[in-house]
Amino acid sequence: MENTMTLTLKVWRQNGPTETGRFETYKVDDISPDMSFLEMFDVLNESLINSGEEPIEVASDCREGICGTCGCMINGRAHGPEKATATCQLHMRKFKDGDTIVVEPWQAASFPVIKDLVVDRSPLDRIIEAGGYITVPTGSAPDANLIPVPKDAADTAFDAAACIGCGACVAACPNSAAQLFTSAKVQHLNLLPQGQAERWSRTEDMVETMEEYFGSCTNHGECHEACPKEIPLDFIAYTNRDYVKSKRKNRKLLGQIS
Amino acid sequence: MIGELRSRTPDGPIDEKWESHKFNMKLVNPANKRKFEIIVVGTGLAGASAAATLGELGYKVKAFTYHDSPRRAHSIAAQGGINGAKNYQNDGDSVHRLFYDTVKGGDYRSRESNVHRLAEVSLNIIDQCVGQGVPFAREYGGLLDNRSFGGAQVSRTFYARGQTGQQLLLGAYSALMRQVSAGTVELHTRSEMLDLIVHEGTAQGIVVRDLITGDIRSHTAHAVVLATGGYGNVYYLSTNAMMCNVTAGWRAHRRGALFANPCYTQIHPTCIPASDEFQSKLTLMSESLRNDGRIWVPREHDEVRSASDVPNIDRYYYLEEKYPSFGNLVPRDVASRNAKTVVDQGLGVGDLKNGVYLDFADAIARDGEDSIRERYGNLFQMYERITGEDPYKTPMRIYPATHYTMGGMWVDYELMSNVPGLFVVGEANFSDHGANRLGASALMQGLADGYFVLPYTIGNYLAPLLGQDPLSENDATCGNVVNEVAERTQKWLSINGTRSVDWFHRELGKLVWNYIGMERDKNGLEKALSEIPALREEFQKDVRVLGSGDSLNSSLEKVGRVADFFELAELKARDALEREESCGGHFRTESQTPEGEALRDDENFAHVAAWEWGGSSDTSILHKEELEFEHVPLTQRSYK
Repeated sequence: MENTMTLTLKVWRQNGPTETGRFETYKVDDISPDMSFLEMFDVLNESLINSGEEPIEVASDCREGICGTCGCMINGRAHGPEKATATCQLHMRKFKDGDTIVVEPWQAASFPVIKDLVVDRSPLDRIIEAGGYITVPTGSAPDANLIPVPKDAADTAFDAAACIGCGACVAACPNSAAQLFTSAKVQHLNLLPQGQAERWSRTEDMVETMEEYFGSCTNHGECHEACPKEIPLDFIAYTNRDYVKSKRKNRKLLGQIS
Repeated sequence: MIGELRSRTPDGPIDEKWESHKFNMKLVNPANKRKFEIIVVGTGLAGASAAATLGELGYKVKAFTYHDSPRRAHSIAAQGGINGAKNYQNDGDSVHRLFYDTVKGGDYRSRESNVHRLAEVSLNIIDQCVGQGVPFAREYGGLLDNRSFGGAQVSRTFYARGQTGQQLLLGAYSALMRQVSAGTVELHTRSEMLDLIVHEGTAQGIVVRDLITGDIRSHTAHAVVLATGGYGNVYYLSTNAMMCNVTAGWRAHRRGALFANPCYTQIHPTCIPASDEFQSKLTLMSESLRNDGRIWVPREHDEVRSASDVPNIDRYYYLEEKYPSFGNLVPRDVASRNAKTVVDQGLGVGDLKNGVYLDFADAIARDGEDSIRERYGNLFQMYERITGEDPYKTPMRIYPATHYTMGGMWVDYELMSNVPGLFVVGEANFSDHGANRLGASALMQGLADGYFVLPYTIGNYLAPLLGQDPLSENDATCGNVVNEVAERTQKWLSINGTRSVDWFHRELGKLVWNYIGMERDKNGLEKALSEIPALREEFQKDVRVLGSGDSLNSSLEKVGRVADFFELAELKARDALEREESCGGHFRTESQTPEGEALRDDENFAHVAAWEWGGSSDTSILHKEELEFEHVPLTQRSYK
């Protein structure tokens, strides 16, 4: 095939959470620029299997940038060099013949390595569990058109709801903070009329659960740069505002202050 | 041996069946619900909505997913929308019309009673999702927007940009996580179901492998719900996610559950063509694009001009010419087969001549680029990222790819399989789409089953079991199944052959695509029935799975799934051979109208083909459930 590439890969290998990891160097040939980054890994893994070496564990599922399963540090950047692109949607035409590519797992104390490039991101589920929902038991919802939602509010809520929960924001953050992930869900629901009843309890519970697991935000903005869905940083500001307010509102609801 | 298949469809007028059945079903008292344990396998739209709703009702639920989080399930990738017969657009839609369109669209191979119920609860689904905060598209006045989708003559599709599945799944996931937090649902992630426990004739548990530690153990309950999706990855290349598989259903099949209509597969017309041999999956471009894009190929075989330089007279808008009334919006099966026809004639476009154009030039000229960007921006961006081509300037190239499987586990009106206590919901069952699924109906069915059907019907099964404990996990039956699973797992590791699991999967996929793809004939299907078992034998002797069974090992996970695909592929060929008619997505070249359209044989094939495992892959036994059409007259579909 024309224009195929030969690349050197330095890949992090680690057998388990408590084992010591190391970089291994591999060469891959005949890589087509139309291949995705993970298809390039498929080729490498197939050649490892053929030579009797255990393939590299690398998470992926939908391979169309929506499920949030995949993600590695590629040349030090979460999801690699292309902006607004998950690892599975990164294509090899973004690299040059002869390049050396360094591939590592997400780096964050709250995301321990399971094996090779696969990490445990379950703390993100704990944050959702703490309040990332609207309490509407099945069957209890009113007619869908009963409450008009201004188009702008619906669109902004959507911008927040587009988060795929991949954890790149945490991996890119020098503090391993999960502010962008958390505020995306908080604001998706807080911006909608349906989400108002639980607005203050949701904000307090989710932010405080987040703080149990993750570092603090110091406004670097690396999270937004790495985000495959380009979730705006504004949502962090909105959430900080809601959090401060929630401290008073929630106490008021409890009758502790007037 | 199984007796006559009974769908247990209630009597009475079609629009009263569900209402009266809800009244006639036995109820479980609210205080007694916590005494019942239910296993739900899979956390996509059907599984998450079922587990959440059962938890809300007070049942003790255990939910299982092989993903690291329930939110990863492949429902998340659905783009276009979800149907609901709300008639908000005042264009004459109704429950009856959605029912009618779905039965007709399915080419008269679905059960009328199920489809009517689906259309009825479609109204509740939209309410439920909006209540959860699903950000559907809205008009400036703040009310919900709708569009016509996949050839529907009314605008009944609700959508959330090109990410409707994502938003609906995140809604169901949030409801599920609320129940996890409330303690009614115990969530098991990275846990794969590898077998079903059937004890004294009823489903009473599952055997699960922990994908991190390799630990294999049983879980028991009063009932088991499979919500494990479709089997499209039997083709290797499909729009399914990499991990989608048939294993949960197939293992249940081997334990006695019937597998219905395995030959029904939907080949979606608008996907990005493969670029090379290493292609790992195919990406769908939402069908909504057909609302504004025009499909064409050059009239000449040796056309060398770039698309924009080909004048209208040399362009073959084959759908518009053949189907003047529906044009580019013909149903999926018709659009796909026509694309295959022109590509087979050598008129394909692109370097590999394996696609057709989907051209937005006219729409951009008419509505402006901004308006097209507003409608399809994210899809155009995805297309450009994958192909490196800008669809605002050059037409997209598309080609059909396996997308959805209408066949699946046979279930009765209550969504229970023939194995009592085993329920199957969502794409994993066969029930509502007949031989072809209409656009925006998969999300509707998944959520209908999970939110509004199963939570009622499962009570009817459970009520008489009050006072019985679930099977003890120390029971010999559980131990035996656990041992069988452990032995199977060990066997794969010990073969140490010469070829990877992926190699065999790719080769299997080629056979299935060539012989049981968009067009099938007797000759090809007979070849499939000899070549698939031969390849399977080689697979069992020569597959190489490295590493161990006691840590994360994705080759080991995959080898078991591919083994089940081998057996399913054979049944699929057998089913396609047996069905000597064309219907919906199943096109037998021997059975077509003079114009080349699918020709049904209602006299001999208006039935569901439900297969019983006969002990080996070539001894399956066919059972038939006759279909009756009282409300939608059987006619030849015509989209001219």
